[in-house]
Formats: sequence, C-alpha cells, structure tokens
Amino acid sequence: MADMTHSTTPHASETTTTTKPEGNPVARFFRATEIDTRMLGMIGALLIIWIGFHILTGGLFLTARNLWNLSVQTASVAVMATGMVLVIVTRNIDLSVGSILGFTGMIMGVLQAQYLPQLLGFDHPAIWAVALIGGIVVGGLIGTLHGFIIAFLSVPSFIVTLGGLLVWRGATWFVTSGQTVAPMNPSFRLMGGGAEGSIGETWSWVVGIIACLAIVAAIINARHQRKRFHFPRRPLWAEYVLAGLGFVTVIGAVMVANAYYWPINIARRYAEANGIAWPEGGLQIPHGIAIPVLMAIAVGIVMTFIATRLRFGRYVFAIGGNPEAAELAGIKTRWVTVKIFALMGILCAIAAAISTARLNAATNAQGELDELYTIAAAVIGGTSLSGGLGTIAGAMLGALVMQSLQSGMVLLGIDTPFQRIVVGIVLVTAVWLDTVYRSRAK
Amino acid sequence: MTDQNIPLVEMKDISISFGGIHAVEKATIDLFPGEVVAVLGHNGAGKSTLIKILSGAYRRDGGDILINGEAAEIRNPRDAKKYGIETIYQTLAVADNVDAAANLYLGRELRTKWGTLDDVAMEANTREVMGRLNPNFRRFKEPVKALSGGQRQSVAIARAILFDARILIMDEPTAALGPQETAQVGDLIKQLKREGIGIFLISHDIHDVFDLADRVFVMKNGKVVGHARTQDVTKDEVLGMIILGKVPPGAVPGPGAMKVA
Repeated sequence: MADMTHSTTPHASETTTTTKPEGNPVARFFRATEIDTRMLGMIGALLIIWIGFHILTGGLFLTARNLWNLSVQTASVAVMATGMVLVIVTRNIDLSVGSILGFTGMIMGVLQAQYLPQLLGFDHPAIWAVALIGGIVVGGLIGTLHGFIIAFLSVPSFIVTLGGLLVWRGATWFVTSGQTVAPMNPSFRLMGGGAEGSIGETWSWVVGIIACLAIVAAIINARHQRKRFHFPRRPLWAEYVLAGLGFVTVIGAVMVANAYYWPINIARRYAEANGIAWPEGGLQIPHGIAIPVLMAIAVGIVMTFIATRLRFGRYVFAIGGNPEAAELAGIKTRWVTVKIFALMGILCAIAAAISTARLNAATNAQGELDELYTIAAAVIGGTSLSGGLGTIAGAMLGALVMQSLQSGMVLLGIDTPFQRIVVGIVLVTAVWLDTVYRSRAK
Repeated sequence: MTDQNIPLVEMKDISISFGGIHAVEKATIDLFPGEVVAVLGHNGAGKSTLIKILSGAYRRDGGDILINGEAAEIRNPRDAKKYGIETIYQTLAVADNVDAAANLYLGRELRTKWGTLDDVAMEANTREVMGRLNPNFRRFKEPVKALSGGQRQSVAIARAILFDARILIMDEPTAALGPQETAQVGDLIKQLKREGIGIFLISHDIHDVFDLADRVFVMKNGKVVGHARTQDVTKDEVLGMIILGKVPPGAVPGPGAMKVA
C-alpha cells in the first residue's frame, strides 16, 4: 500500500536511472525528481489492478475495509520477500521459506501454548516475547544451516532449499504429530491484526506524522550531503513535489486505516466491558494501522537500510553482479552467503509470528506455497533472477500486487484452482515484461 | 633503478599444479622498486597463474614469496592487499551492476561514524582520482555495465592506485582497449613508475609491453625460459624465447630454457 513508498524514498534518491540530455517535459520531470520509472510502472500496474477489481466487483475493492484487510494479508509474504531479494540478488534461490515459516510457527505455537505456561506460569506477560524470540532463533539457525551447506559444501541453493522444503515441512508435522496448536497467547495475537491488533486512530496519526517528518528529514539530509560535496542537486520544485507525494500517500494510508471501524459485535462487547453507553447508530471505533503492517514496514525500512547503507548490502549486490570480482576484491563471499540465508530464516520466523497470530493457531499446512508467492513478489518487484538487481521496496510492492490479485479474485468469487492459474500466468507475464523493459533500457 | 639490492618482490621456486598438471614449476621472478617487469609467454604458459599466486587468487603448492626481503604469507586477496599488492585482472574483475565508486572501494568501503557506508565521501574521492586518470570520465552514477572498455579499464586501474599500491600487477592491461586508450595506460605506467611503484605487466603480446618494460621474464610450459634487460635483447630474440625457448646471449637462462644439443 501507500506505506511502502516510505521505504522507497531513500532508495529512489540513490539510483539515477537515465541521464538523457534534454527531453520532453515528462522526461525532464522524471530526471529532475530522480523517480525510478520502473517503480512508477509497478505503482501504475497496482492502481490498474485496484481500479479494475473495483469496477468488476461493483465497488467492493476500494473500500477501507478491503484495503485494510489487504494490508494485513500482505504483511507476512512482504516480510519474507524482503529477504528473498537478497537471496535472488546473489543468484541463489530459497524454496524452503514456506516450510521454515510452518516450522518456526509451530515452534512458537508449542512454546506459548504448552511449554512456557508451565515454566513461567499461565498468562505470564513475557510469554509472547519468549515465544517470538524462540522462533526467531530457530529460524536463524535453520537459515544458517542452509547457508553453510550452500557456501561451504558447495551444494546449489536450489537443491539445499528444496531439501529444506521437505525437511522442515516434515519437522513441522513431527513437533505435534500433526496436531494443530491453538489458541495463541493474547499478547502474541496482537501481531496478527484484528480489532485489538491495531493501534487505533490517535496512534495512527502519530505514526503518519512521524513518517512525514522522516520524509522531510531524508530530503533535507540528502540535499545537505550533496551540497557538502558539490554534487548536482535536484531543483527545489522537485523536492517539494517529492515531499508532497510522500505526504499524500502517508496521510491517505492513515485515513484509509482510520476509516475502517471495528465490527459491531466487537465494538458492543468493548462498550459493555468498559461501561460505555451504546450510542444511537452504534459506536464507531476506527481500527487504525494494523500491527502486522507496522511490523512489515519496520522490516522493510531495516532491510532497505541493510541493503543500501551497510557494507553487507553492498557486498550482496557486488557478489550478485560479479562473484569472481567480489572474491578477488577480498570479500568473504561465503560468509556473506551464510548471513543472507540466516537473515532469510529470521524473516521467515517473523512472518510466521504474523501468520500464526492472525490465524490464532499453528498448523501443519501453514505457509504452504508461500515460497512461490514470496519468489513471485520479489521477481514481480524487479529482482533479476540473473543476479545483481533488485530493491526491497519493489519486492514489498510486488507482494502487494500478488495479494491484490488474490484478494480481488476472492471478491469476484473465482475458484481456488482458477486463482492459481491466474497467479501463474501473471508471474510469467510480469517477468517477460520486465525482460522487455530491461533490454530496452540498455 | 635496479641498483638497489633488496627486491620489492621475489618469488622463489614457485610451483602449483591443477589435477596433476604442473601449471607453474619452480618459477623464480623478482621486481625492484620503480621497475616495470614484463612477464611474457603464450596463452597457457603459466604467466597468469604465477601472478595470481602473488595476488592471492591461488595458493601455491611450493616455493617462497619475499616482500622487501621478508617472507610473506599470501593466502587470499586480502593478504595480498595488506602487502600493498594490487591487481588489475584481464577480465577487469569489476561488479557490473554497481557504480564506479562502489567498485573502487569494493571490499574497503569508507564508513561513517555510525558504521554505515559513506557513499558521498567515496564518490567525492572517486571523482578526484578519476579526474586525474581520465578527465573525460563523467558517468559516476551509472552502473559500470554502461561504460566503454576504456572507461572500465580506468575504473579498474583507479581502484588499484587508490590505496597506495607498492606493487601493481596488470594482466593484459591493454587487451580491451583502443589505440588512444592504450597510450593513456602507457603514460600512466610511466607515471606510476616515477612514483617508485613496482609493476608487473603480464602479456602474450610482446609489442604491447616491450617498450614499457625494463626487464622481461619469458615463460613457457609453466617454466621460466629466462630473463633479460630489454636494452640487452631485441624483440626478435625475445620472440625466440617465447616460441622456441631459445635463450639469446644477452639473457639469463632459467629452468625452462631449451637444452642446447
């Protein structure tokens, strides 16, 4: 959703795409604002999908309720897609993310439903945190193991993670002999969204204002840095346009989240519990931004920072561009690979927390086929399978595109088998279009 | 300039084999400060392999490497860089998908006090170094992929000299270049030489390097045929060394020299 643009901003200022000398007003506009045209194409595609479904469903798609749900449904795959970008950029693949999600979800479920209440006492306030950290540690260890086998034993990542797909799905079953674990701890459940798992109207505005301030700060800082080293700066009007676009998306997103009210039953129960008189026409309590969405945005920002501002991220892209050159430049390419997969495992665990909390249960089948949605999100988001290219924001946007398609088809009442056919066709078409775009861009 | 007694680099009796094939056998070469030494030979003569041992890309099976007369442990490219050995590879070894600054600092990024990449400072330094090397270079923000062969070459050379190299290895430095760019590289080599940097030039084409080099080493079938000061031999004599392994009177024969019947 609009939230993604937040993590886009730092990147967009990084990549200047083309430097054609003069051009028509449109070209000049893009050059001055340094907006990545590719990213813009994706946003355009997303808007077309949204408006198309809105018309086809007779006005059901672009409602506060649907958009809010869409944002929550996207969160889990979006979190994993950020890691998949780094994996694919280094010319690897991770087919095991769905199974790691299932396994870490089951570990977190069992921890909070069976072990921790005995150990810490029922309803202990730290249960959710211990369960989450436990899952993250397990996810990180699984990823490290995969990375180690890929980097140091030289088994192709395709095979290692294909094995992982089977192993961790099997292990998920093994933990409880196939039983579903439920319910989850009430605090843990907040990570899944819902009426309780949203931050409400006031805090949503606080987050929105912080985001707007961050946009201003980022623009001023970039300008300041360029001035310091006498680099060409964007014209002032372009800075205002960028800031304005940022504000509109952030504020729009907050308004949409606040326009979706609690379901009437929950609101009534809340009113009764808190002794609020039930007003005429019902109590209108806005959801505000959902916690899983905030988590996904936070992950997106952190991952963008890692990918563009840290040495590790630089190495990831250099390895993707030319593994031999990276090695000769003295980069410990094998350790970088291990770290990438460890990170991927950790992200799977975070995604598992979101999806188990949302379902209020840990099941055997959790995360099945998620590896395909995650890879599709990264690839649709502009990550090149031949390595070296990709952005975190693009992948998250890709996840949103995938989820929008899915959700729109559900609203249209299209059967599951046919949904999969469409998703498959869209994936192939998107990659084909991307290939065409890249060969033109050269 | 070769008067100083201690060589900058001395590789003694270096051997390496791949799957039973002796790529380099008992090769000995040396290099003095401010000297340009050409290592010549056919494709497959072992010259690139020998030099990759010095730059840390391969690990030797036997022999010693002395830097300034002291034994040096070079196990990987990072070790080599610690000794001030910088290499410009035949394949250019640049990461195509990132810009010039990222390539120049690859593996040795500047960082801010927060531990993040200091892209602005790196780009500023890059602009300065590239301005000296190749004043026409303007495309700092673009991935290296978009550059011409000569521009990529200047990026690779800039990377090597940016970090105060004492020993520069250039593997087929002009193979990808046009005549004008080749001349530029020649000027650059002379400039670096004046600064006291020792340079190894690896080439299979004697015409590329004969006029630049102070001495030549010729390799054939993994062995050193011999070496000579360029003023003591002619191009034709060196060609004879490369093709036949025949050592002229002005040269010092090595283990790979043709046995005189």
